[in-house]
Amino acid sequence: MTDKEKNTGYTVLGERLLSLLSGVEQVEFENFRMEIGDLELFIPAGSGGPHIPAMPAPPTRPTELFQERFSPPDESYPGAIREVTLGSTKADGGTRGKTIKIGGSTSMAFSSPNHLPKNRTAIAMDVFDMDVALPKALKAPVLDVLDDPAEWARMNVEKFGSDLVTVHLMSTDPLIQDRSPQEAANTVEEVLQAVDVPLIIGGCGDPKKDAAVFTEVAERTSGERLLLNSVTLDMAEAKTLESVAVAARDNGHVLLAFTGLELNSAKELNRRLYEYLPPEEIVMDLTTVALGYGLEYSFTIHERARQAALMGDSELQHPTISASTNAWAAREAWLTMDPIYSPREIRGPVWETINALTLLLAGVDIFMMMHPAAVRTMQDIREWLIQNDRKQPPIPDWVRTRC
Amino acid sequence: MVQKQKKKSIKEISPIDVYGLLPKTNCGECGEANCMAFATKLVNGEFTIPDCPPLLREEYADLLESLGELLAPPVRAVTIGRGEDAITIGGKHVLYRHDFTYHNQTPIAIDLADSMSEEEIVERIDAIVGFSYEYIGRELRLDAVAIRSVTDDPQSFQKAVQIAKQRTGKPFILCSQNPAVMEAGLREADDCRPLIFAANTLNWQEMAALALEYKAPLVVSAPGDPGQLRSLVKTLAAYGIDDLVLDPGTFPDEGFADTILNHTLLRKAACISRDELVGFPILGTPIAAWTGEEISPEVVQWKEAYMAAMLISRYADLLIMHSMEGWTLLPQLIWRFNIYTDPRKPVSVEPGVRTFGNPDTNSPLLITTNYALTYFTVEADIKSAHIDCHLIVVDTSGISVESAVAGRYLTSASMAEALEEFNAESLVDHRVLIIPGLAARLSGETEEASGWRVLVGPKDSSGLKRFIEERWPPKDE
Repeated sequence: MTDKEKNTGYTVLGERLLSLLSGVEQVEFENFRMEIGDLELFIPAGSGGPHIPAMPAPPTRPTELFQERFSPPDESYPGAIREVTLGSTKADGGTRGKTIKIGGSTSMAFSSPNHLPKNRTAIAMDVFDMDVALPKALKAPVLDVLDDPAEWARMNVEKFGSDLVTVHLMSTDPLIQDRSPQEAANTVEEVLQAVDVPLIIGGCGDPKKDAAVFTEVAERTSGERLLLNSVTLDMAEAKTLESVAVAARDNGHVLLAFTGLELNSAKELNRRLYEYLPPEEIVMDLTTVALGYGLEYSFTIHERARQAALMGDSELQHPTISASTNAWAAREAWLTMDPIYSPREIRGPVWETINALTLLLAGVDIFMMMHPAAVRTMQDIREWLIQNDRKQPPIPDWVRTRC
Repeated sequence: MVQKQKKKSIKEISPIDVYGLLPKTNCGECGEANCMAFATKLVNGEFTIPDCPPLLREEYADLLESLGELLAPPVRAVTIGRGEDAITIGGKHVLYRHDFTYHNQTPIAIDLADSMSEEEIVERIDAIVGFSYEYIGRELRLDAVAIRSVTDDPQSFQKAVQIAKQRTGKPFILCSQNPAVMEAGLREADDCRPLIFAANTLNWQEMAALALEYKAPLVVSAPGDPGQLRSLVKTLAAYGIDDLVLDPGTFPDEGFADTILNHTLLRKAACISRDELVGFPILGTPIAAWTGEEISPEVVQWKEAYMAAMLISRYADLLIMHSMEGWTLLPQLIWRFNIYTDPRKPVSVEPGVRTFGNPDTNSPLLITTNYALTYFTVEADIKSAHIDCHLIVVDTSGISVESAVAGRYLTSASMAEALEEFNAESLVDHRVLIIPGLAARLSGETEEASGWRVLVGPKDSSGLKRFIEERWPPKDE
């Protein structure tokens, strides 16, 4: 087989996986029931009886099961994570069809049946305002809309069910295209018209340029309750933080406070922001590092932050976000590797999925994602995790399954 | 059960508590100057009790016992297998990694079935044993073999165990809930200390007898029913079995939410409430994803992959998986390595000089930190760009460039010292040092401190190729 043929095979495989994960072909569980029947049949009839092997056993050995119960420990915390609303409807001065609430947790994530998550974990899918270098696996599903942020956003919402859309204004980077704040705001307006979900607005990372862009976007979209991604301590150093914070406050937007894996920095940035706007307008990004490149730092920082917040540290009681697309920074997510690790069309999405799921367990409230299969999996699992009164499914007999 | 006095958690134990239970000979056999230094490191988890040879002598038996009791983790450690391939699972002290560090990383067992032909079994074992991935200088490998009785026939099972045993010394998990089948397998593996899967409410007496007879650890299985799990543990403990492993059940799809919750509740009960009946390692079985056979293998492998990763994050001390696809296993191997590193101590590499390609005395000389992730990223970038050069790895206590500059672990003085210590003058004829872009602000000071001319490299080592092409050899100023 030539490499080319192989690649085609991989692509087909990737697409098949995608379609299978798309929820159209739902799993049927009839076979589970049959196997449970098998399980009951195979258990030897006499095994539950009081038969004791003929050995010099001390007489104290139990001949019947003790009956114990499990009372799960319940922790209650003095603190809670604030709730933040993203997007605003007509009634509140915006144009969104619906708003998204995040945060509100009163316990460590998914650790108590008595404290189910107050709000569903939200998922935002990315669009870029210019051609950026993306792995093939990420480009393939959106190939037709790559040069049109509005259409791309529409596809994210209508086809992939994303709750929000992140518009990355990469073209504003002075080192790339240096497009003007006005042009950037035009793009945001186009996307606002194309979809009616709340938006996250991503800058280019330059503290001065981002401030100019965010200020322009904030004014032009007054009342929409955008999440501006992001404000940083670099902005404080460049003395541009105040202008962004004031523009957000005056125009009714929310700020994403971004710091690098360091809780004292996160607290410091939040304290600076409290001077300008109420804490309910702030979301934290504590940095998402790719699996294999320090994801454990992100995991632990999020667990520490959440625990401190619940214990009462009000400077950390903000909902958190994860740019799980950072998973693709790992070479293992996109590199051609030894055939045993193939196909990379699946390896990449698995990388993104596991990054996101890991931080979901650490309590992250909103995810910025890209690959539709990763998004689909997250959508399924967050639904399962939030449900109450589940029926016990049949016990899977993996010991005797032929696979 | 009578509630014992609440034990101190590892976070509450002070070096003084430990010191009181040491021989206080200050003999230095542990490598530390005195017993107090050893006590401090023992509490921090940097040493284990057997690292103090005198303690193991008869005369200190009382101290050894008391110390063992003081430091006993809320989750018991259980050993499976024998010899150098043996694995220890559990032994967990804390719920959150940042509270102490997780110990005994989650071994991954791959299954084989007694319905397979001898050839298939041999091939699968060879694949399991041969699987290896190199990651930041470590070999990541699979750890154990789970042998399943699909046929429910004692002879087939015994035969499968026999073939496996001839082929590998890796620990076994023998899987059948039929005691007659289990006995056949155990007879074949009587000197291997395999893990028995599993005792349940119906077969527990026979399984308990087998566990005692073959001195093998035993899994207690009560899928979806932690109360039943406690009942079984209490009964089997009274029966005289110490080494138990909990199977709270791994359910695929919707049921997976309960699986995650049960794992968390059990571990919370062990670590926070000190519930001794659940203070045992937890078994996770992502292989359960395969029980719904009607969908395509890629989707099942996908499920198995995310289930395994979530279970590693949520307290599974041992995993049984079926998929041997590299893309399913790789994230697990990397993630469990990562989450079991000490959060208080970054993973580092040895400081020193590394040589890439065939450098001569005109080749570039670069410098970076000894944080493992930094070093191996830089190494990979240099290799893929085919740059012939020398790289000085300076000791920053395993901190990355950005943090090392901020925290003053990487300074102009430390770079000048490293140039001297590693004899840079003998490596190259020029006197030009390329420093990481993230250390740009140290460039002026470093020129003064070292006498070398400093070039500021790219912020990310992926830019090295272009940097060297454009900037090397450096133009005269």
